[in-house]
This record gives sequence, C-alpha cells and structure tokens, in this order.
Amino acid sequence: MIFKVFKKQELARLYELLAVNIIVGPVAKGNDRNGKPLFDFDVVYDFNDLALDYTQTVHSPKRFVLPYHETLSTFAVARDGWEKHVDLNVYRSLVFFGMHACDINALNKLDLVLAQSAYPNPYYMGKRKNLFIIGLDCTPEPQCFCRSMGTDSAIHGFDLFLTDLGGTYFAEILSATAFDLLNQINCKDPSAKDLRLYKQATSEKNKHYTASVETSDLTKILDLEFESPAWDDWGKKCLSCGTCANVCPTCYCYGVEEHVDLDLKHAGKTRSLHSCNLIDFAKVAGNHNFRPTSASRLKYRYYHKHRGFVEAFEESLCVGCGRCGSACLADITPPEVIASVRGRE
Amino acid sequence: MQNKLNFIDILGQNPDSRRKEDPSSFEYTLPAEITNIYQLTTNEKLYQIQIIDPGQRNRFSFRPGQFVMLELPGIGEAPFSISSSPVRRGDLELCIRAVGNLTNFLARLERGARVGISGPFGTSFPLEKMQGQDILLIGGGLGIVPLRSPLLSVLENRSKYGRVDIMYGAKSPAELLFTYQYEEWRRFDINLGITVDRADTSWQGRTGLITELLQERISQATSLRENTYAIVCGPPVMFHFVCKMLTEAGLPMQKMFVSLERRMHCGRGKCCRCNIGSTYTCLDGPVFDYWSVMNLKEAI
Repeated sequence: MIFKVFKKQELARLYELLAVNIIVGPVAKGNDRNGKPLFDFDVVYDFNDLALDYTQTVHSPKRFVLPYHETLSTFAVARDGWEKHVDLNVYRSLVFFGMHACDINALNKLDLVLAQSAYPNPYYMGKRKNLFIIGLDCTPEPQCFCRSMGTDSAIHGFDLFLTDLGGTYFAEILSATAFDLLNQINCKDPSAKDLRLYKQATSEKNKHYTASVETSDLTKILDLEFESPAWDDWGKKCLSCGTCANVCPTCYCYGVEEHVDLDLKHAGKTRSLHSCNLIDFAKVAGNHNFRPTSASRLKYRYYHKHRGFVEAFEESLCVGCGRCGSACLADITPPEVIASVRGRE
Repeated sequence: MQNKLNFIDILGQNPDSRRKEDPSSFEYTLPAEITNIYQLTTNEKLYQIQIIDPGQRNRFSFRPGQFVMLELPGIGEAPFSISSSPVRRGDLELCIRAVGNLTNFLARLERGARVGISGPFGTSFPLEKMQGQDILLIGGGLGIVPLRSPLLSVLENRSKYGRVDIMYGAKSPAELLFTYQYEEWRRFDINLGITVDRADTSWQGRTGLITELLQERISQATSLRENTYAIVCGPPVMFHFVCKMLTEAGLPMQKMFVSLERRMHCGRGKCCRCNIGSTYTCLDGPVFDYWSVMNLKEAI
C-alpha cells in the first residue's frame, strides 16, 4: 500500500477534481429530540456541505448501490405476446466521499454474495464498479461494536482512506485512479512524525469502544441455543417493523412485484428491499408461514447474519455499526441479544 | 485547470463489460407458449409449456428435481417444479395449483398464451447413483409433482434399477393427481400403492395415512435392503414421520432425498426469501439429502 500525507485545505481541491462525477457524502440533516445532530448520506453539490466530522449516518450508503426500490425490467404487452426490456439503471459514476470503515466493509460483504457468487446481480455490479470510494477514519460512538466484528478498519474495498492527524490527512492509496488524483494536489510522503501520529490516532480510537460482542464460537452457540427462551423474550419486545433491516448496511433481502400499466400495454417489474422481520417474509402460497412468530423471525435475522453467512463465506454479515440498535423502536441491540443468548445478563 | 477525473462508464466506453454483465444471466426469460392444459382436479391443472425458439428448446435440458421460474409479465414470477420426464427437453409439464395471485391468473389462461421461463435452477435427485438399487418413491399431496419427474425417468430406464415402490397419498380421492397415468405406472415390475385420508362412496382403494403403506413395505419379508434409496416429497409433517420411519428401518440418512418448498423471488440466491440458516433452497436445494436438512434448523 502507498501512503501520502497532505494538508487539510487540499481536500477541497480533491473534491473539485472529483466533482465531474456525482458526489455522495455525509450531510447534517437536523437534530433528534435530544438535540443530537443527525447525519445521512446524500448527494452533495458543494464541498462546504460535507459534514466530515459526522458521527454516524442514520441510514447506510447502501441505497446508492442497492436502491430500496428499483425497476428490474419493463414489458411491452401485445395481444399475441410480449417483449421484455432490461435496464441496469447505471448512468453516472459515483464518488462516496468520507465513508467510515464499517460501511466500506459492509460493501465488501455485499460483494461476496451479490458480485462474487453464482448468478452475480448485474444491477448491483454496474453501480458498484462505477464507484470511487474515499474512506475517512472515525471516533467510535457508544453503540459501535465494529471492533468485535473485525470491521473497525478497512483493508480493501476503497480507493483512498484518510485519517485525520490534526492539521494533515494521512492517506492510504489503493487504486491507480486515486494515485493519479493525489498527484494533482500538494502531497508528500509521510515523515517519521506522521507515522507516529498515525499510530497514536489508531490507539486513541481504540480507547473509545464501549460496546462489544463476544464472537468466539458464536456460530456454534447460536446452534446450541436454538431453543433458548431468550429468543421468545426478545420476540415479545420486537415489533416486527423491519427498521433494523432498513438502516442496516448489509441487509439485502428483497421482494419483487409486478404491475400492469393503466393502458394495459405496458407492465413493469420492481424490486424492493424487504426484511426478514416482516411477517410475510417466509410465507408461501396457501398461507403457510415458515416463520409465523416475531421471535422466530428475529432469531432468523441473527442466524443469517452470524451463522448462515459465516458458514457460506467464512465471515459474519454484521459490521457492528450499531445502527439497528439505535434505530430500533423497542431498544433491541445486538450486543444485548447475543449476550442473553450466551446466557449472560 | 487540471484534467478532470472521469471513469470508465460500463455503459459507454466499454461495451464488453456490459456484455459480461448482460442481464441474460439474471433477468432473461425464455419466451414460451402454453401448448396444452389439462384439468387434473378442481384446483390443479397440468400445463404443457414449450419454449418457442427451436434452438433454445434444444439447449434447454434439466435433471429430475429441478425447477423453473415462470413469469407472467405484470403479474409475477414464481418457482415451479418440473413434472415431466427429462427426455423431453424444452417441452415442460408443470402441475400448478391455483392458490395465489400468479397461479389464479394462470388458471384463467388458454392454450397459446405466452409465458416466460427461466432456469432450470437448483439441485436434482441423484438418479445415476441410484442405478442398480431399490427405490422408494413416497409422495404426499402436491408432493407427487416434483416426484413425477424422477418417477418417469425411472420408468423409462426401468432395467437400470432394482425393486421400485411408488407410494402416494392424498387427502381425498378427488384430490389425487395424475389418475389417468396409474394404469401405466401399475406394471408387473412396479409396486404402486395409493391411499387417501378420507374415502368417499366411489372410492374402491385403500384408506389411511401414507405411513401405513410404508409400514407394510418395511415389515415385508424383503424389508429395506442395504442398497435402497428413498425420495420423499410432501408436506412438512409427512417428511417428519416418513423420514423417521425410514431411519428406524435402517435406511442411512444420506440415501433419503427430500424436496423442499420455500418462497422465492429470484431463484438465484439473491433475494434471500428461501434462505434456511446457511442454505439457499434455490441454490443448495430444492433437493437435499435428509442428513443435510436434519442439520438445518427449522428446515422441516
């Protein structure tokens, strides 16, 4: 990996160089009821709109590569048959400006199933390939348990990763495009002092973690505790609203719906992200539901993230961002659920 | 002014990359035509479907146990087991119960209607491995639908297999599927057992659960020999009892095959609707050996 250092004011120049593309970055969206600022990823038109000191966005940047609703195909229907048209919905290249490590790792995990397995999803891949990612280090929030999931730092899946060293940014470069880009601004190789500051910043960051999840043997323990009463307790609290999947950076389950236009000559097929917590998720024709209770659905979500995905891809589908816990209307958080299933209060 | 940065747009400068991610691998459906419809019972019809393009029809091949996604534009797409013999490649028979949006719409269609077919998807019954061995085919209710493809395949290659037993149970005589074929199936070298839960006045055959039929077979003098394979398709409750009986009769779990049903929106391991633990029913199934599903929580 190549490292460079540049002064903070150079970042605006970097932004200008990239501005020919659509830039998506963290922006301030207002305050919550306790006066705490809320951030979200959105399209940015001015460097000053970027809130680079953001804590965590409410939603993940997932929607820019995996939209909540997306037209998969359209049909032209005639009396004697029909024709199908497919559009991958990729029009412009996109820059993610200031992604935290957890969100970069979330994209890497989505890649495993949507791009690297059998039947790659071309809609996702088209958007993913036209992506330029600038990562940015963060200060952990109280809900963050990314260190437990091993996703507190990103080692691949970005073009450029910036760490704030006070007056300068420490840049990790992973792509030729990023290298060319940095050549166009004032930057230099890191000095011994820069390296010391970088290591200091990392160890300082690690002191801020308060939440954690014990992940050793978690896949086996989830199997052993399949019948644990803890699931029923959480099931009683869970409202089955699907908010956790909505804010999750890695939830990718979806449903497909088709509709006929009013002229009866055209039809369309739309994919919408779904959630395994919603009641109809595993319902089949004839009204049989494979997971009829909220407890069984909540349990399934943990099984998919921490067991099923691990078996298939040797890593968990959770990045420990803690968004699901913060957004949960019933205050259900993964560290608490996993601790209770392990038999710890 | 410095050079502005621009990316290789996969839709513009690099047409090859678009071809690689051509939706043909994902959203493409083969245009097909409903060539015949047979009303099997009040709710179930057998649809004969032919892929229209002769080239595509010849290239289309499947193995018994696999399924296709059937699409009606504007109505929806759903998975259906192929119920015909694999010898007939691009000519499929799908037995479909009118039970939801798509299937009720399908029930109103007539011969000549155009549909879209994609697939075949999923795993199949290992009929090559079963050669030279005894075979138990056990179906309950709609379970006869995925069972019929391996059944026809076995009948067409009868000499390659040992003793063949077919057991089929339905709730009532009116719900029995493929009745017109029983005479064909009931041959000197096949044991065909049919049972219904509740008989009516016209019913001459036997009444009772399918487990009773199986019990008779197991307790015969020529009980399950070591080289026996079983294929079981039916409602979850039937899997439970039948597989338990077979296990107790000494049939190894990896020689018992089941076909599972789940909700599917893509058939390609992406929508996650058919996911059971670490397993996608569409990619790793729908055919599993009993050992694999016994280890999967909430599979059966």
